[in-house]
Amino acid sequence: MSAIVSKGQARHARGPVRTAIAIVLLALLLFPVYWMLNISLQPSGNALSGTFFPTHPSLDGYRAAIADQGGHLVISLVIASGTVVLSLLVAAPCAYALAQFRFRWISWALLAILISQMIPSIVIANALYTAYERIGLLDSIPGLIVVNSASGIPFGILIMRSFMLGVPPSIVEAARVDGAGLVRAFLSIVVPISRNSLITAGLFAFLFAWSDFIYALTLTTKGQVVPVTLGIYTYLGAHIANWSAVMATAVLASLPAIVLLVVAQRYISAGATGGAVK
Amino acid sequence: MSDTKTLAPAPPRDAPAPRPPTARRSGSRRLEEITKILFVVPAGLAIVALFGYPVVKNVVMGFQDYGLKTFFTGKAPFVGLSNYVAVVSDDVFSKAVVNTALFTLGSILGQFVIGMLLALFFHQSFPLNGVLRALFLLPWLLPLIVGSAAWRAILEQDSGILNVTLQNLGVIDGPVPWLTSPSVALVSVILVNIWLGIPFNLTLLYSGLQAIPDELYEAGALDGATGWRAFWSITWPNLRAVVSVVLMLGVIYTLKVLDIILGLTQGGPANATQTIALQSYQRSFVEFKFGQGAALSNILIVISLAFAIIYLRVNRRQVDE
Repeated sequence: MSAIVSKGQARHARGPVRTAIAIVLLALLLFPVYWMLNISLQPSGNALSGTFFPTHPSLDGYRAAIADQGGHLVISLVIASGTVVLSLLVAAPCAYALAQFRFRWISWALLAILISQMIPSIVIANALYTAYERIGLLDSIPGLIVVNSASGIPFGILIMRSFMLGVPPSIVEAARVDGAGLVRAFLSIVVPISRNSLITAGLFAFLFAWSDFIYALTLTTKGQVVPVTLGIYTYLGAHIANWSAVMATAVLASLPAIVLLVVAQRYISAGATGGAVK
Repeated sequence: MSDTKTLAPAPPRDAPAPRPPTARRSGSRRLEEITKILFVVPAGLAIVALFGYPVVKNVVMGFQDYGLKTFFTGKAPFVGLSNYVAVVSDDVFSKAVVNTALFTLGSILGQFVIGMLLALFFHQSFPLNGVLRALFLLPWLLPLIVGSAAWRAILEQDSGILNVTLQNLGVIDGPVPWLTSPSVALVSVILVNIWLGIPFNLTLLYSGLQAIPDELYEAGALDGATGWRAFWSITWPNLRAVVSVVLMLGVIYTLKVLDIILGLTQGGPANATQTIALQSYQRSFVEFKFGQGAALSNILIVISLAFAIIYLRVNRRQVDE
């Protein structure tokens, strides 16, 4: 008994030390993120600054970034929001069906969804380029929304299905007895109950589309539709004249991830483990 | 789903049910079956259009002379294996294969070991554990191209902070050309990819550790298994399923990496960071030889599929549940 107590006390005493170690490790891992912020606040014009703090902080980098890339940020926002809507509309009913209906081919469908997540995006880009060229979806926002849903839909199905497996059939039954059709029951009962899994799936669809670079690079040719990731790449491509503007753009492009991490952290952890393993 | 649901609408066998209601019922049941199918039709179409079609199209394109001309003439003559011969016999191919192997192996090893150590560390209890662990996720949520841009600034040869710091500390005499020297660039790209992969490994391994019941450790402690003994005889065997999932997903994700290499080196210098995926991109979208690009990405599909099969065998229990 006394051994257990003393062990507990030792663990308690070691707690703050571990917290300190964790903070040091975190500082090391997040250094590139800090450095991005630091450079973005340095006065622009010169080469990279070696000072560890923005001692003379300047917003010139952000002014240049918004002037050059503001439109690209808006395009990214439109594409990412569109991808969320399309992915959820397509994936949510399917997730419910795969969780609750008795189709004989469910395990085959799940297998297909799992394998689809493993197809390299360059394969999709290669084939869709020629198809998009023919049907006029190259250089278009709808074209990028559709192709970005290629990541959002399968991931969404897996996340939402694993949640909807736990929806008791009896509450849907009760609605059916009251005269609701299958669609009504789904919309008025299943969707509200499964809200958290819809948020998780939507959040990831947003992040996938917001972060997309490969499809933006390959399925746009004329420079009319430029999401911010492609904007950063173009910035990096030429010899970099203005590091603070590049890093300011990088910071702005990171904002959704940072906001979501702060606001919706529990959904992110759920998605990280749920989508990969289940 | 319970059996009663499907049985409920059926009229009792021995009761003499009047005919019209039965007909209507079987009609509404058919309607219901159709509605059920409609729940999955959009997703089915999406999967076919966004995965089925591209894979089939790529396989076909691999045997076609599909180039810039095709977009004007509409003709893509079949050329047998000549796309494969062309890409495989190119000197860059063997280099790309070796680089892909080194990039994948190095990235996975680094991500996994660091992710595992961090997961074990966070598995202990201490104040602010949850908050700090969440912050570790940040690199994983950033767009890859943002990560590449940040590292470009750090690794920049003349005024990048890494060289400045190492020189101030006296570790190196002159600046190291992290991204512009053929002998160092691949290592730099691997290190950046390790950095990006740590959060994924940490998160999955941590949730795997959480799933191991405490009683196992308590029983192990009674038998004298603590520290490393406990790790090897309790943690590792119980974590094996999660470990294989993490490793397989890691391999499949790393094989197809494009953003990081394009953002950091674009395959250079002197093809030092060329990979199969990057070659495929360049054949198709820089040289507009879509047939050759397809041939390379088909090779990539076969490699990914081999790992996917291993993954699915390991993961079968979850799929069948």
